[in-house]
Amino acid sequence: MINNPVGRITQGQFSFLPELTDEEIALQVEYGLGKGYAWSVEYTDDPHPRNTYWEMFGLPMFDLKDAAGVLTELRNCRKAFPSHYIRLMAFDSTRNTESITMSFIVNRPPSEPGFSLVRQEGVGRNIRYTTHAYVTDKPEGERG
Amino acid sequence: MNMAQATDDQAKGQIKDAKKRYSAGVLKYRQMGYWDADYVPKDTDTLCLFRITPQEGVDPIEAAAAVAGESSTATWTVVWTDRLTACDSYRAKAYKVEPVPGIPGQYFAWVAYDIILFEEGSIANMTASLIGNVFSFKPLKAARLEDIRVPVAYVKTFKGPPTGLVVERERLDKFGRPLLGATTKPKLGLSGRNYGRVVYEGLKGGLDFMKDDENINSQPFMHWRDRFLYVMDAVNKASAATGEVKGSYLNITGATVEDMYERAEFAKELGSVILMVDLVVGWSTIQSMSNWCRKHDMILHMHRAGHGTYTRQKNHGVSFRVIAKWLRLAGVDHLHTGTAVGKLEGDPLTVQGYYNVCRDSYTKQDLPRGLYFDQDWADLKKVMPVASGGIHAGQMHQLLDLFGDDVVLQFGGGTIGHPGGIQAGAVANRVALECMVKARNEGKDIKNEGPQILRNAAKGCTPLQQALDTWGDISFNYASTDTSDYAATPATSA
Repeated sequence: MINNPVGRITQGQFSFLPELTDEEIALQVEYGLGKGYAWSVEYTDDPHPRNTYWEMFGLPMFDLKDAAGVLTELRNCRKAFPSHYIRLMAFDSTRNTESITMSFIVNRPPSEPGFSLVRQEGVGRNIRYTTHAYVTDKPEGERG
Repeated sequence: MNMAQATDDQAKGQIKDAKKRYSAGVLKYRQMGYWDADYVPKDTDTLCLFRITPQEGVDPIEAAAAVAGESSTATWTVVWTDRLTACDSYRAKAYKVEPVPGIPGQYFAWVAYDIILFEEGSIANMTASLIGNVFSFKPLKAARLEDIRVPVAYVKTFKGPPTGLVVERERLDKFGRPLLGATTKPKLGLSGRNYGRVVYEGLKGGLDFMKDDENINSQPFMHWRDRFLYVMDAVNKASAATGEVKGSYLNITGATVEDMYERAEFAKELGSVILMVDLVVGWSTIQSMSNWCRKHDMILHMHRAGHGTYTRQKNHGVSFRVIAKWLRLAGVDHLHTGTAVGKLEGDPLTVQGYYNVCRDSYTKQDLPRGLYFDQDWADLKKVMPVASGGIHAGQMHQLLDLFGDDVVLQFGGGTIGHPGGIQAGAVANRVALECMVKARNEGKDIKNEGPQILRNAAKGCTPLQQALDTWGDISFNYASTDTSDYAATPATSA
């Protein structure tokens, strides 16, 4: 089990809070829609901190203005990938931003083994560090 | 028109007759061409607003003309060699003077500078002109550069922040909330090994960044290499324990620029995502380090060490909003810009003005916030402001309300001084932050309901309860020395 004060991976906006209910998720989605963001559902079984590209569960929902629609997509994703990490991401296309403006985890595997830190001793006291996800010892599709 | 009247008229403005203008001797600055009430600033001009306090008996318009003269081409006497040049281009023009509302003896003076006056991409050159000699000029008791408008044509000669706040977030994979940091304390005396312990505990507990303090360089108690090695062990271990990208600002400030490059290289070898320099290293060094960071994918944190010596007093020096503009042009990614509610100087509106300068695509004139000019940033990257100094979890609603998401909130004492330990302190801050962002997004009025939101969150989080019990009532309510002086209706010209 991952060893930190909350016992789980703490990526995203709300990992230190109790899991958001679907009603609470809908309020966050509405906030983003109010700002003109487009929501996207992404999932992965490799939560390495530098694993930038989680799989997209469809394209960002640029024309979807209703939180219920986003929640439907999220439920479909949960059904298809019940033991994966799933996150909601909001994109802002405003000039000089053009990036992600919200991101939070909305589904987790039942157990989160976390990471080991691999130290490769180098010249002098230099050490090269690698963060290794235990779960990735198994091939994709056989994890979780 | 009698003779006396003619002489009087002449004294008021520029002498147009070249022979009279360039005959040897001393003229008033306005006679030399440094005052032009009819001047219409060009889009390519740099505009400065000075607050000046002329000596008794010195006419404010002549004082303003003197500021324009002494910050551009003038010397105290007429020189014929002006006539070898297109000298009118090089003369800055004072074009407006108004009394400062409510402060007798002080005047606002607007001065325009032609684009030919400055070297492209050089803050050192711009500052050598604008604040080079003029602040020691005897006819003025005091002078302060309140604000500056840098024209787009000149902005485009600067590369700006090496990373910028948008790309920083993408690299760190952290969105939609302020970042959390803490300065490692005590700032002096910890060995490298002990220092790394503080870094590890803070990051593992939930902070995104730890930070070297401004005067941590390479002293007898801790050699810089030792610090870097232990800190990076802590950063990597905390990253593995949380699954998040973490960092610690490694201060590379040193005795020489060569030392600084050496330290930067070593930080890169160890895989740090961020470096730090102190403002006292000077403009050219800052721009060099910015170039290095751009080349090596590094975030550059600027600690504004020393700025209070020239930014704090309202009547003399350079406003921090000007320093912030110069630093955005020079190219830093993080900049300490005040907390408004913490232990260090800062009126809330004035501080918000600094934040706007860091983060706007286009800064609009906003007199209550001390922003006297529109500033088009021409798509220059944005700087992440840093709020640090005497803030704690109990102020989370105020901080989020004042500064929004794009800010690093640094709770040094508020993390390390937590009764349950450093990790508990970090947990308290992270929970306070996340619950407040969540509540704001849900449409709650955090400014008023904030304390209750924190108390509710603390019911499920002992560390937050302990933090509120320890610091909940601490505030620093002192009058600010630096506030914006403005009149809703501008006063008539003096």
